[in-house]
Amino acid sequence: MSRLVFIAPLILFAVVAAYFAIGLTKNASILPSALIDKPVPTFDLPPLKDTKPGLATADLKDDVVLVNMFASWCVPCRAEHPLLMQLARDKIVPIIGLNWKDRKSDAIAWLDELGDPYARIGHDPSGRTGIDWGVYGVPETYLIDRDGRIRFKYVGPMFPETFAEKFLPLIKDLRK
Amino acid sequence: MIAEIGHFSLILALAVALVQAVLPMVGAARNNAAWMATAAPTALVQLACIATAFGCLMTAFVTSDFTVANVMQNSNSLQPMIYKVSATWGNHEGSMVLWVLILAVFGAMVAAFGRNLPPSLKARVLSVQSMTGVGFLLFILLTSNPFERVIPAPLDGRDLNPLLQDPGLAFHPPMLYVGYVGFSMAFSFAIAALIEGKVDAAWARWVRPWTLVAWSFLTAGIGLGAWWAYYELGWGGWWYWDPVENASFMPWLVGTALLHSSIIVEKRDALKTWTILLAILTFSLSLIGTFLVRSGVLTSVHAFATDPERGVFILLLLVVAIGGSLVLYAWRAPLLKGGGLFAPISREGALVLNNLLLTTAAATVFIGTLYPLFLEAFDGGKVSVGPPFFNATFVPLMIPLVLALGVGPMLGWKRGDLAGAIARLKFAFVFTLVVTIVAAYLSWGRSIFGVLGLTLAGWLAGCVLTEFGARIGLFRMEIRDVLRRMTGLPRGAWGMTIAHLGFAITVAGASGASLWQDEVIENLRAGETLSIVGYDFTLRNVDTVQGPNYTAQRGVFTVRRDGVVITTLAPERRRYIVTGTETTEAALYSQWHADLYAVIGQGGGQDGGKESWTVRLYFKPLVPWLWAGTLLMVFGGFVSLSDRRLRIGAPTARRAAHPVSPTVQPAE
Amino acid sequence: MNARLTVIIVMFSLLWAGNSPAVQPDERLSDPTLEERARELSKDIRCLVCQNQSIDDSSAELARDLRILVRERLTAGDSNQQIFDFLVARYGDFVLLKPPMQASTYALWFGPLVVFVLALAGLFVFFYRRMQANAAQPDVVALTSKERARLSALLDDDEKGRP
Repeated sequence: MSRLVFIAPLILFAVVAAYFAIGLTKNASILPSALIDKPVPTFDLPPLKDTKPGLATADLKDDVVLVNMFASWCVPCRAEHPLLMQLARDKIVPIIGLNWKDRKSDAIAWLDELGDPYARIGHDPSGRTGIDWGVYGVPETYLIDRDGRIRFKYVGPMFPETFAEKFLPLIKDLRK
Repeated sequence: MIAEIGHFSLILALAVALVQAVLPMVGAARNNAAWMATAAPTALVQLACIATAFGCLMTAFVTSDFTVANVMQNSNSLQPMIYKVSATWGNHEGSMVLWVLILAVFGAMVAAFGRNLPPSLKARVLSVQSMTGVGFLLFILLTSNPFERVIPAPLDGRDLNPLLQDPGLAFHPPMLYVGYVGFSMAFSFAIAALIEGKVDAAWARWVRPWTLVAWSFLTAGIGLGAWWAYYELGWGGWWYWDPVENASFMPWLVGTALLHSSIIVEKRDALKTWTILLAILTFSLSLIGTFLVRSGVLTSVHAFATDPERGVFILLLLVVAIGGSLVLYAWRAPLLKGGGLFAPISREGALVLNNLLLTTAAATVFIGTLYPLFLEAFDGGKVSVGPPFFNATFVPLMIPLVLALGVGPMLGWKRGDLAGAIARLKFAFVFTLVVTIVAAYLSWGRSIFGVLGLTLAGWLAGCVLTEFGARIGLFRMEIRDVLRRMTGLPRGAWGMTIAHLGFAITVAGASGASLWQDEVIENLRAGETLSIVGYDFTLRNVDTVQGPNYTAQRGVFTVRRDGVVITTLAPERRRYIVTGTETTEAALYSQWHADLYAVIGQGGGQDGGKESWTVRLYFKPLVPWLWAGTLLMVFGGFVSLSDRRLRIGAPTARRAAHPVSPTVQPAE
Repeated sequence: MNARLTVIIVMFSLLWAGNSPAVQPDERLSDPTLEERARELSKDIRCLVCQNQSIDDSSAELARDLRILVRERLTAGDSNQQIFDFLVARYGDFVLLKPPMQASTYALWFGPLVVFVLALAGLFVFFYRRMQANAAQPDVVALTSKERARLSALLDDDEKGRP
């Protein structure tokens, strides 16, 4: 019995060290989404451009789509834009845009400069709809299934490798 | 060239450290006097090498040598000289060099001043100290080399993080590290004792000064950090239960327990295995803290640039150092024979209660800090554990601690008379009542928990004063005799009295600062006045001023009370040129009982044609007591350290053979 | 690695906004009781783009948005718990600085108590063992009444003047 008392600190430390080891494999700053497998929140956003429709809850049904949160003042959004353009060109998956906390004129100018991969764009200047989605920064990308449920959220700019690794398998799965 | 010398010095230090780690330890096992004697000189050489490396790094900063990557990332030609100097340790790589430097300083000090240590113990202690050094030198050389060059050299550097360009924060790391890293010596002594298989009063006497030094500096370092947060971060908070703050607080809690339990080992030859465990745990918590801050497993305002590879290395260090020492403990600690008996109600019993509460408090902070990590490892979701949790769990533990702290010193050794002790604390009861009434009156309408805090502080202060008075025979003897007893008191007794009094004042300060503050926020135009708690702040004007590496908006306030001008306050909002970062510099006016705190926010608002600025005023009662109390605690630690008995060293073998009786040894 | 670094940079750019106190005069509600409640609630809500600050303390944009949101819902009549639930539905438990009391956090909330009880139990065992060992000691010769008197005199002296 008394031997146990002397070994206890060692055992406790072993447990703590194991947790540290696991912790090193995780990223502490990424916040997982609270809305996974839940239906898309109820919202209705006006269009950003006159030439393209806005975005509302009803538009996110019947197809597997990506919803991409972006803003003209966001530097990493610029970095991921070529991938979005390519996805749109190759018609891999429809991309919907949500312009977050941005001025209309700035966003339109940004899209004119870099290209517009979005089938629809909702304009959310106040950021309230973003809050309903659990957005806390840009860029963020959500994968929506046919029933209008959020199935996956990616925080940060997307690159071809991340897309291939994390999104493609899911998209294929959801399309079956 | 200088950078290469620095780099080479570190490599040399590693080589010497390896020798120092192996030779004396083997020598002690084989009773080889020559090999044991290598401990001291190698410790001194190791210090020389690391000091050289540190000097080279500092030289690179002072001369703004931007070919050195570290200097380029953390300095700038426009930066004031004092911050070029402090930038040496204001980054990950440089601070690690400071880490091993302090490790080497402690080793060298034991080498130089540990003359009355038995050779085998000294050899083992320095060997263990050096093993830690080897681990961290390897870490620096393999993953965090501060002397890497960047070719081609940029024209100028990236500037030190503006938040760090501040006098308080310049000194916070060195002090903190002397504390943090200083507990390595208690650790080394503990390991050496386990290897020897012997812990006695002499050992406790030898460990005490090193523990006191580390504890005093850690107290100062934490206080400095809190003070900096208070005046720099702009909302007057001083403790946020941030993971990195907790990482320094846990060793402090356990270190305080260690300080107190080593007294029992010394005086009563009891609680040996517990004290050894505490010594191991204190430094282990320092190591874990180093891991938390630099590995990226936790989010924190303080975290250095995170890199999982470094995290893996430090984790390995942890496993070897902590795991190894706990294995040794499990194996050898049962051999340590316990000594003196004592009743639950006694001075020892009170110290044991103190230990119980402090370690539970440390465990609480540990659980709260690491819980998000534990939960995530299980994929159990992500939670935040913030101040509300710690306030609900940590603070209640402090209440019995403060109560017991008052009564404990009044109890006798081995068998105490609780009723008698409480009877002798009549003055303390009266004092507490008076303090409570005054506090309730002055703080009418504010949180009643603040009054509770002041009641506790008053209790402790009353008890400390009563104990001191009893010890010097106040009101019992002639004034002449009282004064004689006072000057004849051992420094250790003075230290205890001062430190405990400091703690009481800190508790009072913490209560007032957390619970009783007032705040007003308003948009002001030039010429307008805003009032808080009877103080009138008139905004005279807002100027644009130019600093060495920043431009600032400075608001000038005239502060009046009852129409009389008290002071002028000039808070600023700065924008640093290189990084574009903005900081607020609050303006403080400290009185003995409270602080006035003014912050100027964004301008640019238009109000009836004139520009307006957001002004925040705070009235913060008892905040100065936080700093005063902490300073007293640190001072008390140093006073204790200056006790002659610690310098003379432990009693010789001949005298130690005699049983210790209360009349021979002055109680403490 | 690239992605993660950029996220950190994004986070950082939002963080540096956050080192100054936060509630702007124009955010405040006109009803002082509601405003007080708003401040208290804000202190328990995490700023998600800062490192360890509440939305009350941070001047990040998202913090401001959330502060305004809290005040709107307060004015609409929501209870404190409803406001917390609203935010947790969107951001998860992470957004609360006071961890909720639920199955996944029992270990957190009860942990300190468990430690305390275990330590106290350990203490009792320690004293019990000691008393056992003491009782098992060889017979102690009883003191004479003179010795007893002398002993108590010494002990009294010890406790009064020289603690």
